[in-house]
Amino acid sequence: MKPPRFDYLRPQTLAEALELLDRHGGDAAILAGGQSLMPMLNLRVAQPAVLIDINAVPELDRIGRSGDRLSLGGRARHNDVFRSAEVAQAAPLLTVALEHVAHEAIRNRGTLGGSLALADPAAELPACMVCLDAEIVAASVKGERRIPAGAFFQGLYTTTLEPNEILARVDVPAAGTDWRFGFDEVARRRGDFAMAGVAVAVREESKAVAECRISLLGVEMSPRRMEAVEMCLLDAPLGTAANIVAAQSALRDTLEPIEGSEIPPEYRIQIARELLARVIRAMAAPVSGKRTH
Amino acid sequence: MMASDEPTAEISCTVNGQPVRAHVPVRQSLVDFVRHGLGLTGSHVGCEHGVCGACHAVVDGRVVRGCLMLAVQVDGRTVTTIETDQPTAQMRALQDAFFERAALQCGFCTPGMILQASELLTRTAAPTRAEIRDALSGNYCRCTGYHAIVDAVETAAARLRDKAAA
Ligand SMILES: Cc1cc2nc3c(=O)[nH]c(=O)nc-3n(C[C@H](O)[C@H](O)[C@H](O)COP(=O)(O)OP(=O)(O)OC[C@H]3O[C@@H](n4cnc5c(N)ncnc54)[C@H](O)[C@@H]3O)c2cc1C
Ligand code: FES
Ligand code: FES
Repeated sequence: MKPPRFDYLRPQTLAEALELLDRHGGDAAILAGGQSLMPMLNLRVAQPAVLIDINAVPELDRIGRSGDRLSLGGRARHNDVFRSAEVAQAAPLLTVALEHVAHEAIRNRGTLGGSLALADPAAELPACMVCLDAEIVAASVKGERRIPAGAFFQGLYTTTLEPNEILARVDVPAAGTDWRFGFDEVARRRGDFAMAGVAVAVREESKAVAECRISLLGVEMSPRRMEAVEMCLLDAPLGTAANIVAAQSALRDTLEPIEGSEIPPEYRIQIARELLARVIRAMAAPVSGKRTH
Repeated sequence: MMASDEPTAEISCTVNGQPVRAHVPVRQSLVDFVRHGLGLTGSHVGCEHGVCGACHAVVDGRVVRGCLMLAVQVDGRTVTTIETDQPTAQMRALQDAFFERAALQCGFCTPGMILQASELLTRTAAPTRAEIRDALSGNYCRCTGYHAIVDAVETAAARLRDKAAA
């Protein structure tokens, strides 16, 4: 179908965009990559009166590292993040996960900020940002506000962003050499939204796991740290058989899977448990070569 | 007919090498604009919500879903469609290989496939079959099946490599 009518505004600066957003608030929608908003308009599940197109706002797509922090602009396109050497070095989890995000043409337009603001439960990037302990920077006419990724996602398609805020950038702690990351998901087809996916980060000290962060996608309404599962992996070498079994069982006890969809909750749990084991084993014994599946 | 209170905008852009100025409804998609506004019907309209890839066009060198971008958003930009009379070497090699391998039946998906595969071959000279399938995962073909299409992309890649080596 065709979208309903709307007014179209294309601010040339961030200040102008924030001004317009403040004025139109809940009647307006930000148009970033349009790879989720345009389908919603075409299917008429969204009917904003005004579209504020942020594609002309300079600097919003910047990707850069300063010291121990990698900053990703809110309008950084999926494919630019995916192919960035800086990201591959400082946040390799994103590089691996982005391979699973949609398809080439959609990654050419779709943006990091759009994905995080939308908070689709099956999206890869929200779960990754929780796993990476990233900070989300929201801008409004009043200034900037920093929100830890763990507190940003509030539920199904729900975040703490206010209607007058733009997701301006995301600050990701750059990974030291003592960190390792793992990611995998199961989708019906390459690039489809996942039925379940797992992101894992571990830091090792003298061959034992000293810190661990795990988050899931596609299983619960929104991503969060799986603390009970993380505990099972601490203070031991990564990937012992006993710890994997313990982690899988903690995962089952912790998960509150999405109900009422065509994918039965029990099935999502089953995939998540299997993926968790697979990801941990692959991290413990990394094989050369890019793809193992 | 456009209703008199329909929000519209003036745009100017380059389409297949030609300067274009147009008056478009702001809610018109890029694919509807090139088809109805410019008569370039090679970009097809399948699903209108981003899943099929029939509507592909190239904007500033990148393949996009023509149904998910607005015409007003190509203001000041360069658009290329399958009709371009200056196809890249990749596009030409793909067109030949698709024809020879009969990698199309109705042809509805073909322009989108060619543009997407061309982007792949520009970036990766020797893609594996898995990489070809990944790159085309967002392009649906409802009649030919994908085997012949992957074959054709492989053949085009091999020929381009041979030419580069010669
Ligand atoms: C066929 C198909 C398959 C897909 N598969 C996947 C997949 O497997 N995994 C996945 O993660 N995604 C997938 N996507 C979605 C894609 O990744 C989108 O690009 C992304 O979810 C939204 O980003 P966008 O920039 O396109 O946002 P838009 O569509 O422009 O906007 C989405 C929402 O976020 C708001 N918004 C956008 N930017 C900002 C900002 N900076 N600040 C505040 N609010 C903002 C908008 O107002 C809107 O409500 C798929 C899309 C399609 C069409
Ligand atoms: S018509 Fe655009 S993706 Fe199907
Ligand atoms: S040839 Fe008919 S859809 Fe592909």
